[in-house]
Amino acid sequence: MQLTNRSIQVVKNELTLAERLYFPAIIKGMIITLTHLFKRKATIKYPDQQRELAPVYRGQHVLKRDEAGAERCTACGLCAVACPAEAITMESAERTKGEENLYREEKYAKIYEINMLRCIFCGLCEDACPKEAIFLTDRIVPSSFTRGEEVFGKDKLVEGIDLRVDVTKRQTQEVLNFKTDKKHKHNQTYLDRQK
Amino acid sequence: MTDSMLIYKIILCVIVFAVSLGAAAYMTWGERKLAAWLQDRVGPNRAGPLGLLQPIADGIKMFFKEEMIPTHSNRWLFILGPCFFMLCACMTGVVIPWGAGWQTETTLYPMQVTDINIGLLYLLGVVSIGVYGVMIGGWASNNKYSLLGALRASSQMISYEVAMGLALIALVMMTGTLSLKEIVEQQDAGMANVVYQPLGFIIFLICAFAETNRAPFDLPECESELVGGYHTEYSSMKLGFYLFAEYINMFISSAIMASLYFGGYNFPFQHELGLDGNILTIVQSAFFFGKIFLFIFLFMWVRWTLPRFRYDQLMNLGWKVLLPLAIANIIITGFVMLFTGKLG
Repeated sequence: MQLTNRSIQVVKNELTLAERLYFPAIIKGMIITLTHLFKRKATIKYPDQQRELAPVYRGQHVLKRDEAGAERCTACGLCAVACPAEAITMESAERTKGEENLYREEKYAKIYEINMLRCIFCGLCEDACPKEAIFLTDRIVPSSFTRGEEVFGKDKLVEGIDLRVDVTKRQTQEVLNFKTDKKHKHNQTYLDRQK
Repeated sequence: MTDSMLIYKIILCVIVFAVSLGAAAYMTWGERKLAAWLQDRVGPNRAGPLGLLQPIADGIKMFFKEEMIPTHSNRWLFILGPCFFMLCACMTGVVIPWGAGWQTETTLYPMQVTDINIGLLYLLGVVSIGVYGVMIGGWASNNKYSLLGALRASSQMISYEVAMGLALIALVMMTGTLSLKEIVEQQDAGMANVVYQPLGFIIFLICAFAETNRAPFDLPECESELVGGYHTEYSSMKLGFYLFAEYINMFISSAIMASLYFGGYNFPFQHELGLDGNILTIVQSAFFFGKIFLFIFLFMWVRWTLPRFRYDQLMNLGWKVLLPLAIANIIITGFVMLFTGKLG
Protein backbone atom coordinates (compact mmCIF):
# COMPACT_ATOMS: atom_id res chain seq x y z
CA MET A 1 0.00 0.00 0.00
CA GLN A 2 1.36 3.36 -0.96
CA LEU A 3 0.78 5.93 1.73
CA THR A 4 2.61 8.86 0.20
CA ASN A 5 4.19 9.51 -3.14
CA ARG A 6 7.43 10.61 -1.52
CA SER A 7 9.06 7.19 -1.40
CA ILE A 8 12.16 6.84 -3.54
CA GLN A 9 12.87 3.66 -5.43
CA VAL A 10 16.27 2.33 -4.34
CA VAL A 11 18.49 1.55 -7.30
CA LYS A 12 21.43 -0.74 -6.65
CA ASN A 13 23.35 -0.67 -9.87
CA GLU A 14 27.04 -1.43 -10.21
CA LEU A 15 29.09 1.70 -9.65
CA THR A 16 30.33 3.35 -12.78
CA LEU A 17 34.03 4.04 -13.25
CA ALA A 18 33.56 7.71 -12.36
CA GLU A 19 31.83 6.72 -9.14
CA ARG A 20 34.48 4.17 -8.27
CA LEU A 21 37.23 6.69 -8.88
CA TYR A 22 35.79 8.62 -5.92
CA PHE A 23 37.32 11.89 -7.04
CA PRO A 24 34.31 13.42 -8.82
CA ALA A 25 32.24 12.89 -5.67
CA ILE A 26 34.97 14.40 -3.47
CA ILE A 27 35.28 17.44 -5.71
CA LYS A 28 31.51 17.85 -5.76
CA GLY A 29 31.45 17.75 -1.97
CA MET A 30 34.31 20.18 -1.68
CA ILE A 31 32.58 22.66 -4.00
CA ILE A 32 29.51 22.47 -1.75
CA THR A 33 31.56 23.26 1.35
CA LEU A 34 33.36 26.04 -0.50
CA THR A 35 30.09 27.73 -1.39
CA HIS A 36 29.18 27.64 2.29
CA LEU A 37 32.33 29.60 3.03
CA PHE A 38 30.77 32.66 1.41
CA LYS A 39 27.24 32.18 2.66
CA ARG A 40 25.53 34.33 5.23
CA LYS A 41 26.25 33.04 8.72
CA ALA A 42 23.38 31.28 10.41
CA THR A 43 24.60 32.19 13.90
CA ILE A 44 24.92 35.57 15.61
CA LYS A 45 27.44 36.95 18.11
CA TYR A 46 25.07 36.19 20.95
CA PRO A 47 25.87 38.31 23.99
CA ASP A 48 26.61 41.31 21.77
CA GLN A 49 23.77 40.77 19.37
CA GLN A 50 20.43 39.34 20.32
CA ARG A 51 17.89 37.83 18.06
CA GLU A 52 14.55 39.63 17.98
CA LEU A 53 11.83 37.64 19.65
CA ALA A 54 8.43 37.18 18.06
CA PRO A 55 5.79 39.65 19.32
CA VAL A 56 3.79 36.74 20.72
CA TYR A 57 6.82 35.27 22.53
CA ARG A 58 5.88 33.81 25.90
CA GLY A 59 8.69 33.72 28.42
CA GLN A 60 9.13 34.18 32.15
CA HIS A 61 6.02 35.24 34.06
CA VAL A 62 5.58 38.44 35.94
CA LEU A 63 3.16 39.29 38.74
CA LYS A 64 2.12 42.87 38.12
CA ARG A 65 1.58 45.64 40.61
CA ASP A 66 -0.96 48.37 40.08
CA GLU A 67 -0.14 52.03 39.49
CA ALA A 68 0.23 52.69 43.21
CA GLY A 69 2.59 49.75 43.63
CA ALA A 70 0.21 47.29 45.31
CA GLU A 71 0.14 43.69 44.13
CA ARG A 72 -2.78 42.96 41.87
CA CYS A 73 -3.00 39.25 42.67
CA THR A 74 -5.80 38.22 45.01
CA ALA A 75 -4.89 34.54 45.13
CA CYS A 76 -8.18 33.46 43.57
CA GLY A 77 -6.47 30.36 42.15
CA LEU A 78 -7.96 30.62 38.67
CA CYS A 79 -4.52 30.50 37.10
CA ALA A 80 -3.66 27.34 39.02
CA VAL A 81 -6.92 25.76 37.86
CA ALA A 82 -6.31 26.83 34.29
CA CYS A 83 -2.74 25.60 34.23
CA PRO A 84 -2.58 22.37 32.20
CA ALA A 85 0.86 21.52 33.53
CA GLU A 86 -0.10 22.12 37.18
CA ALA A 87 2.88 24.31 37.60
CA ILE A 88 1.28 26.97 39.79
CA THR A 89 0.68 26.67 43.53
CA MET A 90 -0.33 29.38 45.93
CA GLU A 91 -1.40 30.08 49.47
CA SER A 92 -3.63 32.97 50.28
CA ALA A 93 -3.71 35.24 53.32
CA GLU A 94 -5.85 38.07 54.57
CA ARG A 95 -4.60 41.61 54.33
CA THR A 96 -4.15 43.23 57.74
CA LYS A 97 -4.37 46.87 58.59
CA GLY A 98 -1.52 48.95 57.29
CA GLU A 99 -0.85 46.71 54.33
CA GLU A 100 -3.13 48.58 51.95
CA ASN A 101 -0.19 49.96 50.07
CA LEU A 102 1.15 46.43 49.52
CA TYR A 103 -1.93 44.53 48.36
CA ARG A 104 -4.75 45.89 46.28
CA GLU A 105 -7.54 43.79 47.76
CA GLU A 106 -8.37 42.17 51.08
CA LYS A 107 -7.00 38.83 50.07
CA TYR A 108 -3.51 38.32 48.69
CA ALA A 109 -1.11 35.51 47.79
CA LYS A 110 1.20 34.77 50.69
CA ILE A 111 3.02 32.18 48.64
CA TYR A 112 2.91 32.10 44.89
CA GLU A 113 5.14 29.59 43.13
CA ILE A 114 5.55 28.62 39.51
CA ASN A 115 7.63 25.57 38.71
CA MET A 116 9.47 26.62 35.58
CA LEU A 117 10.40 23.04 34.82
CA ARG A 118 6.73 22.06 34.66
CA CYS A 119 5.50 25.21 32.94
CA ILE A 120 4.82 24.82 29.24
CA PHE A 121 4.46 28.58 28.66
CA CYS A 122 1.02 28.23 27.10
CA GLY A 123 -0.24 31.47 28.57
CA LEU A 124 -3.53 30.07 29.90
CA CYS A 125 -2.83 31.56 33.36
CA GLU A 126 -2.72 34.95 31.73
CA ASP A 127 -6.07 34.33 30.03
CA ALA A 128 -7.65 33.08 33.23
CA CYS A 129 -6.53 35.94 35.46
CA PRO A 130 -9.41 38.34 36.18
CA LYS A 131 -7.18 40.84 37.90
CA GLU A 132 -4.61 41.48 35.17
CA ALA A 133 -2.05 40.22 37.63
CA ILE A 134 -0.04 37.59 35.76
CA PHE A 135 1.56 38.04 32.37
CA LEU A 136 4.08 36.16 30.32
CA THR A 137 6.94 38.40 29.24
CA ASP A 138 9.65 38.26 26.61
CA ARG A 139 12.28 37.48 29.25
CA ILE A 140 14.07 34.15 28.98
CA VAL A 141 13.97 31.97 32.08
CA PRO A 142 17.57 31.75 33.32
CA SER A 143 19.19 28.36 33.70
CA SER A 144 20.23 26.97 37.06
CA PHE A 145 22.28 24.20 38.59
CA THR A 146 19.56 22.64 40.72
CA ARG A 147 15.91 21.78 40.18
CA GLY A 148 14.92 23.67 43.32
CA GLU A 149 16.11 26.95 41.88
CA GLU A 150 13.69 26.55 39.03
CA VAL A 151 10.68 26.88 41.34
CA PHE A 152 10.17 30.62 41.19
CA GLY A 153 8.60 32.23 44.23
CA LYS A 154 7.23 35.70 44.69
CA ASP A 155 10.72 37.13 45.03
CA LYS A 156 11.37 36.36 41.40
CA LEU A 157 7.88 36.71 40.00
CA VAL A 158 6.58 39.99 41.41
CA GLU A 159 7.86 43.02 39.56
CA GLY A 160 9.80 45.59 41.51
CA ILE A 161 8.10 48.86 42.35
CA ASP A 162 10.81 50.76 40.59
CA LEU A 163 11.58 47.99 38.14
CA ARG A 164 8.34 47.65 36.25
CA VAL A 165 8.19 44.98 33.57
CA ASP A 166 6.74 46.13 30.28
CA VAL A 167 3.79 43.96 29.24
CA THR A 168 2.17 46.33 26.76
CA LYS A 169 2.64 43.73 24.03
CA ARG A 170 0.49 41.29 26.00
CA GLN A 171 -1.82 43.69 27.82
CA THR A 172 -3.44 45.25 24.79
CA GLN A 173 -6.50 47.50 24.95
CA GLU A 174 -8.60 44.65 23.63
CA VAL A 175 -7.58 42.39 26.49
CA LEU A 176 -8.10 45.16 28.99
CA ASN A 177 -11.61 45.91 27.70
CA PHE A 178 -12.59 42.28 27.92
CA LYS A 179 -11.28 41.90 31.41
CA THR A 180 -12.92 45.03 32.78
CA ASP A 181 -16.26 44.75 30.98
CA LYS A 182 -18.93 44.52 33.72
CA LYS A 183 -21.21 42.81 31.22
CA HIS A 184 -19.34 39.59 31.91
CA LYS A 185 -20.20 37.97 35.17
CA HIS A 186 -16.66 37.08 36.03
CA ASN A 187 -15.72 40.72 36.02
CA GLN A 188 -18.42 41.73 38.47
CA THR A 189 -17.42 42.23 42.06
CA TYR A 190 -19.62 41.70 45.07
CA LEU A 191 -20.42 45.41 45.16
CA ASP A 192 -21.43 45.42 41.48
CA ARG A 193 -23.93 42.69 42.08
CA GLN A 194 -25.45 44.57 45.02
CA LYS A 195 -26.47 47.44 42.78
CA MET B 1 82.25 27.17 7.59
CA THR B 2 83.07 30.71 8.57
CA ASP B 3 82.01 32.28 11.84
CA SER B 4 79.51 34.60 10.19
CA MET B 5 77.95 31.64 8.39
CA LEU B 6 77.72 29.71 11.65
CA ILE B 7 75.95 32.58 13.39
CA TYR B 8 73.67 33.01 10.40
CA LYS B 9 72.75 29.32 10.44
CA ILE B 10 71.98 29.42 14.16
CA ILE B 11 69.77 32.45 13.66
CA LEU B 12 68.07 30.78 10.72
CA CYS B 13 67.51 27.65 12.82
CA VAL B 14 65.78 29.71 15.48
CA ILE B 15 63.71 31.53 12.86
CA VAL B 16 62.61 28.32 11.17
CA PHE B 17 61.73 26.85 14.57
CA ALA B 18 59.81 29.96 15.58
CA VAL B 19 58.03 30.24 12.25
CA SER B 20 56.87 26.66 12.28
CA LEU B 21 55.67 26.99 15.88
CA GLY B 22 53.96 30.30 15.17
CA ALA B 23 52.41 28.97 12.01
CA ALA B 24 51.16 25.91 13.87
CA ALA B 25 49.66 28.10 16.59
CA TYR B 26 47.80 30.24 14.10
CA MET B 27 46.76 27.19 12.12
CA THR B 28 44.72 26.10 15.13
CA TRP B 29 42.98 29.46 14.96
CA GLY B 30 42.63 29.19 11.19
CA GLU B 31 41.26 25.70 11.44
CA ARG B 32 38.59 26.72 13.90
CA LYS B 33 37.69 29.80 11.91
CA LEU B 34 37.51 27.90 8.64
CA ALA B 35 35.52 25.10 10.21
CA ALA B 36 33.06 27.68 11.47
CA TRP B 37 32.76 29.41 8.12
CA LEU B 38 32.26 26.16 6.26
CA GLN B 39 29.48 25.33 8.69
CA ASP B 40 27.87 28.80 8.42
CA ARG B 41 29.09 29.83 11.87
CA VAL B 42 31.15 32.78 13.05
CA GLY B 43 33.98 30.98 14.85
CA PRO B 44 36.19 32.16 17.73
CA ASN B 45 35.78 35.92 18.07
CA ARG B 46 35.98 36.72 21.76
CA ALA B 47 39.74 36.80 22.40
CA GLY B 48 41.11 39.86 20.65
CA PRO B 49 39.97 41.21 17.29
CA LEU B 50 38.62 38.37 15.12
CA GLY B 51 39.64 36.01 17.92
CA LEU B 52 43.28 36.46 16.94
CA LEU B 53 44.49 36.01 20.52
CA GLN B 54 42.72 32.66 20.73
CA PRO B 55 45.89 30.55 20.18
CA ILE B 56 47.59 32.37 23.07
CA ALA B 57 44.57 31.80 25.29
CA ASP B 58 44.54 28.13 24.27
CA GLY B 59 48.26 27.82 25.00
CA ILE B 60 47.91 29.39 28.44
CA LYS B 61 44.96 27.13 29.15
CA MET B 62 46.98 24.07 28.11
CA PHE B 63 49.85 25.04 30.40
CA PHE B 64 47.64 25.59 33.43
CA LYS B 65 45.61 22.43 33.04
CA GLU B 66 46.13 19.75 35.64
CA GLU B 67 48.84 17.30 34.72
CA MET B 68 47.68 13.70 34.98
CA ILE B 69 49.93 10.70 34.59
CA PRO B 70 48.07 7.41 35.01
CA THR B 71 49.49 5.25 37.81
CA HIS B 72 49.64 2.17 35.63
CA SER B 73 51.48 3.88 32.83
CA ASN B 74 55.14 3.65 32.11
CA ARG B 75 56.18 7.05 33.35
CA TRP B 76 59.31 7.60 31.30
CA LEU B 77 57.83 6.37 28.03
CA PHE B 78 54.70 8.37 28.78
CA ILE B 79 56.77 11.56 28.90
CA LEU B 80 59.02 10.50 26.04
CA GLY B 81 56.12 10.00 23.59
CA PRO B 82 55.02 13.61 23.08
CA CYS B 83 58.62 14.87 23.28
CA PHE B 84 59.58 12.51 20.49
CA PHE B 85 56.63 13.44 18.33
CA MET B 86 57.36 17.12 18.75
CA LEU B 87 61.07 16.66 18.08
CA CYS B 88 60.43 14.78 14.84
CA ALA B 89 57.92 17.38 13.73
CA CYS B 90 60.43 20.18 14.28
CA MET B 91 63.34 18.31 12.71
CA THR B 92 61.85 18.21 9.23
CA GLY B 93 61.93 21.96 8.73
CA VAL B 94 65.70 22.16 8.35
CA VAL B 95 66.06 20.79 4.82
CA ILE B 96 63.37 22.94 3.24
CA PRO B 97 64.66 25.83 1.13
CA TRP B 98 62.60 28.84 2.19
CA GLY B 99 64.12 31.12 -0.43
CA ALA B 100 67.11 31.54 -2.74
CA GLY B 101 69.42 33.22 -0.24
CA TRP B 102 70.98 36.52 0.82
CA GLN B 103 73.78 37.74 -1.42
CA THR B 104 76.51 39.86 0.11
CA GLU B 105 79.73 40.99 -1.64
CA THR B 106 81.60 37.89 -0.62
CA THR B 107 79.22 35.07 0.23
CA LEU B 108 75.73 33.75 -0.41
CA TYR B 109 73.73 32.99 2.71
CA PRO B 110 71.19 30.35 1.65
CA MET B 111 67.67 30.42 3.11
CA GLN B 112 67.98 26.79 4.09
CA VAL B 113 69.41 25.51 7.33
CA THR B 114 71.22 22.64 5.67
CA ASP B 115 71.33 21.41 2.11
CA ILE B 116 72.15 17.75 2.60
CA ASN B 117 72.39 15.79 -0.61
CA ILE B 118 69.97 13.16 0.68
CA GLY B 119 67.37 15.70 1.79
CA LEU B 120 64.40 13.69 0.59
CA LEU B 121 65.66 10.53 2.24
CA TYR B 122 66.20 12.47 5.46
CA LEU B 123 62.62 13.73 5.30
CA LEU B 124 61.20 10.25 4.82
CA GLY B 125 63.39 8.94 7.62
CA VAL B 126 62.36 11.58 10.12
CA VAL B 127 58.70 11.17 9.19
CA SER B 128 59.04 7.43 9.80
CA ILE B 129 60.61 8.01 13.21
CA GLY B 130 57.65 10.24 14.02
CA VAL B 131 55.49 7.11 14.20
CA TYR B 132 57.39 6.12 17.34
CA GLY B 133 56.11 9.18 19.17
CA VAL B 134 52.57 7.97 18.64
CA MET B 135 53.46 4.33 19.32
CA ILE B 136 55.32 5.05 22.55
CA GLY B 137 52.58 7.37 23.76
CA GLY B 138 49.83 4.89 23.05
CA TRP B 139 51.73 1.97 24.55
CA ALA B 140 52.87 3.77 27.68
CA SER B 141 49.34 4.96 28.49
CA ASN B 142 48.36 1.37 29.36
CA ASN B 143 44.84 1.95 28.08
CA LYS B 144 43.07 -0.06 25.43
CA TYR B 145 41.77 2.94 23.54
CA SER B 146 45.22 4.49 23.46
CA LEU B 147 46.75 1.23 22.31
CA LEU B 148 44.14 0.77 19.58
CA GLY B 149 44.71 4.33 18.43
CA ALA B 150 48.46 3.84 18.43
CA LEU B 151 48.16 0.58 16.49
CA ARG B 152 45.95 2.23 13.95
CA ALA B 153 48.28 5.20 13.67
CA SER B 154 51.39 3.13 13.20
CA SER B 155 49.89 0.71 10.69
CA GLN B 156 48.36 3.58 8.76
CA MET B 157 51.56 5.59 8.69
CA ILE B 158 53.67 2.61 7.68
CA SER B 159 51.22 1.59 4.93
CA TYR B 160 51.07 5.02 3.41
CA GLU B 161 54.78 5.62 3.70
CA VAL B 162 55.33 2.88 1.11
CA ALA B 163 53.14 4.55 -1.48
CA MET B 164 54.60 7.93 -0.56
CA GLY B 165 58.14 6.70 -1.05
CA LEU B 166 57.29 5.12 -4.38
CA ALA B 167 55.59 8.30 -5.56
CA LEU B 168 58.76 10.16 -4.67
CA ILE B 169 60.94 7.64 -6.51
CA ALA B 170 59.32 8.65 -9.82
CA LEU B 171 60.11 12.25 -8.96
CA VAL B 172 63.68 11.41 -8.04
CA MET B 173 64.09 9.46 -11.29
CA MET B 174 63.02 12.53 -13.18
CA THR B 175 65.07 15.08 -11.30
CA GLY B 176 68.06 12.86 -10.67
CA THR B 177 68.71 14.30 -7.22
CA LEU B 178 67.59 13.88 -3.63
CA SER B 179 68.54 17.40 -2.60
CA LEU B 180 65.54 19.62 -2.12
CA LYS B 181 67.41 22.72 -3.15
CA GLU B 182 68.37 21.19 -6.49
CA ILE B 183 64.82 19.95 -7.10
CA VAL B 184 63.52 23.45 -6.49
CA GLU B 185 66.19 25.04 -8.69
CA GLN B 186 65.40 22.63 -11.52
CA GLN B 187 61.80 23.81 -11.42
CA ASP B 188 63.03 27.35 -11.90
CA ALA B 189 64.56 26.38 -15.24
CA GLY B 190 61.69 24.16 -16.39
CA MET B 191 58.10 23.74 -15.42
CA ALA B 192 56.79 22.83 -11.96
CA ASN B 193 57.10 19.10 -11.32
CA VAL B 194 53.35 18.68 -10.98
CA VAL B 195 53.09 19.10 -14.76
CA TYR B 196 55.27 16.03 -15.30
CA GLN B 197 54.10 14.07 -12.29
CA PRO B 198 50.38 14.69 -11.83
CA LEU B 199 49.67 11.15 -10.68
CA GLY B 200 52.68 11.16 -8.41
CA PHE B 201 51.48 14.42 -6.87
CA ILE B 202 48.00 13.07 -6.18
CA ILE B 203 49.43 9.95 -4.56
CA PHE B 204 51.81 12.07 -2.51
CA LEU B 205 48.97 14.38 -1.48
CA ILE B 206 46.77 11.53 -0.30
CA CYS B 207 49.69 9.97 1.55
CA ALA B 208 50.50 13.30 3.15
CA PHE B 209 46.95 13.46 4.51
CA ALA B 210 47.37 9.97 5.91
CA GLU B 211 50.84 10.68 7.32
CA THR B 212 49.67 13.75 9.22
CA ASN B 213 46.65 11.84 10.57
CA ARG B 214 44.30 14.36 9.06
CA ALA B 215 40.72 13.74 8.00
CA PRO B 216 39.61 11.66 6.16
CA PHE B 217 42.44 9.54 7.56
CA ASP B 218 42.14 10.58 11.20
CA LEU B 219 41.41 7.09 12.45
CA PRO B 220 44.19 7.20 15.08
CA GLU B 221 42.33 9.94 16.90
CA CYS B 222 38.82 9.08 15.99
CA GLU B 223 37.14 10.85 18.89
CA SER B 224 33.79 9.26 18.14
CA GLU B 225 34.94 5.68 18.68
CA LEU B 226 38.30 5.67 20.44
CA VAL B 227 37.71 8.58 22.86
CA GLY B 228 40.89 10.34 21.77
CA GLY B 229 42.97 7.58 20.25
CA TYR B 230 46.59 7.46 21.29
CA HIS B 231 46.34 10.65 23.35
CA THR B 232 43.35 9.59 25.44
CA GLU B 233 45.36 9.56 28.67
CA TYR B 234 47.29 12.71 27.97
CA SER B 235 46.50 16.02 29.56
CA SER B 236 47.92 19.47 29.96
CA MET B 237 50.84 20.44 27.74
CA LYS B 238 51.70 16.86 26.80
CA LEU B 239 48.40 16.69 24.98
CA GLY B 240 49.20 20.15 23.69
CA PHE B 241 52.46 18.81 22.27
CA TYR B 242 50.68 16.06 20.37
CA LEU B 243 48.09 18.41 18.93
CA PHE B 244 50.66 21.05 18.21
CA ALA B 245 53.09 18.67 16.54
CA GLU B 246 50.30 17.55 14.26
CA TYR B 247 49.87 21.10 13.05
CA ILE B 248 53.60 21.48 12.58
CA ASN B 249 53.55 18.27 10.54
CA MET B 250 50.80 19.74 8.43
CA PHE B 251 52.77 22.92 7.91
CA ILE B 252 55.92 21.05 6.97
CA SER B 253 54.17 18.64 4.61
CA SER B 254 52.53 21.61 2.92
CA ALA B 255 55.98 23.11 2.52
CA ILE B 256 57.33 19.84 1.12
CA MET B 257 54.51 19.50 -1.38
CA ALA B 258 54.99 23.10 -2.44
CA SER B 259 58.71 22.66 -2.95
CA LEU B 260 58.63 19.22 -4.56
CA TYR B 261 55.71 19.64 -6.94
CA PHE B 262 54.85 23.31 -7.16
CA GLY B 263 58.20 24.96 -7.73
CA GLY B 264 59.05 25.82 -4.13
CA TYR B 265 59.92 29.49 -3.79
CA ASN B 266 59.91 30.05 -7.56
CA PHE B 267 57.09 31.87 -9.22
CA PRO B 268 56.32 32.50 -12.90
CA PHE B 269 58.23 35.27 -14.67
CA GLN B 270 60.37 35.97 -11.60
CA HIS B 271 63.44 36.85 -13.63
CA GLU B 272 61.56 39.18 -15.97
CA LEU B 273 60.62 41.47 -13.08
CA GLY B 274 64.16 42.79 -12.90
CA LEU B 275 64.24 42.70 -9.10
CA ASP B 276 67.43 42.95 -7.10
CA GLY B 277 68.66 39.60 -5.73
CA ASN B 278 67.79 40.15 -2.09
CA ILE B 279 64.42 41.76 -2.77
CA LEU B 280 63.65 38.88 -5.09
CA THR B 281 64.41 36.49 -2.23
CA ILE B 282 61.85 38.23 -0.05
CA VAL B 283 59.23 38.06 -2.80
CA GLN B 284 60.11 34.43 -3.40
CA SER B 285 59.66 33.58 0.27
CA ALA B 286 56.32 35.35 0.25
CA PHE B 287 55.26 33.25 -2.73
CA PHE B 288 56.48 30.11 -1.00
CA PHE B 289 54.42 30.92 2.07
CA GLY B 290 51.47 31.65 -0.19
CA LYS B 291 51.77 28.17 -1.67
CA ILE B 292 52.08 26.66 1.81
CA PHE B 293 49.00 28.59 2.87
CA LEU B 294 47.01 27.21 -0.05
CA PHE B 295 47.99 23.67 0.85
CA ILE B 296 47.06 24.22 4.49
CA PHE B 297 43.73 25.57 3.30
CA LEU B 298 43.30 22.40 1.26
CA PHE B 299 44.07 20.26 4.31
CA MET B 300 41.42 22.05 6.35
CA TRP B 301 38.92 22.24 3.52
CA VAL B 302 39.11 18.48 3.03
CA ARG B 303 38.82 17.88 6.75
CA TRP B 304 35.52 19.70 7.00
CA THR B 305 34.15 18.08 3.86
CA LEU B 306 34.91 14.38 3.91
CA PRO B 307 33.81 11.84 6.49
CA ARG B 308 36.30 9.46 8.03
CA PHE B 309 37.31 6.28 6.22
CA ARG B 310 36.48 2.91 7.64
CA TYR B 311 39.58 0.99 8.63
CA ASP B 312 39.36 -1.65 5.89
CA GLN B 313 38.70 1.06 3.31
CA LEU B 314 41.82 2.83 4.51
CA MET B 315 43.96 -0.27 4.12
CA ASN B 316 42.39 -1.12 0.74
CA LEU B 317 43.13 2.35 -0.54
CA GLY B 318 46.70 2.24 0.70
CA TRP B 319 47.74 -1.20 -0.47
CA LYS B 320 45.40 -2.03 -3.35
CA VAL B 321 45.06 1.35 -5.02
CA LEU B 322 47.83 3.75 -4.14
CA LEU B 323 50.66 1.23 -4.13
CA PRO B 324 49.92 -0.22 -7.63
CA LEU B 325 49.32 3.29 -8.94
CA ALA B 326 52.64 4.45 -7.56
CA ILE B 327 54.43 1.51 -9.17
CA ALA B 328 52.63 2.18 -12.45
CA ASN B 329 53.72 5.79 -12.16
CA ILE B 330 57.33 4.70 -11.81
CA ILE B 331 57.06 2.46 -14.89
CA ILE B 332 55.39 5.18 -16.95
CA THR B 333 58.01 7.70 -15.86
CA GLY B 334 60.73 5.22 -16.81
CA PHE B 335 59.29 4.63 -20.28
CA VAL B 336 58.77 8.33 -20.94
CA MET B 337 62.36 9.01 -19.90
CA LEU B 338 63.56 6.22 -22.14
CA PHE B 339 61.71 7.45 -25.22
CA THR B 340 62.45 11.13 -24.74
CA GLY B 341 66.12 10.27 -24.31
CA LYS B 342 66.35 11.83 -20.88
CA LEU B 343 67.84 8.69 -19.41
CA GLY B 344 71.15 9.15 -17.64
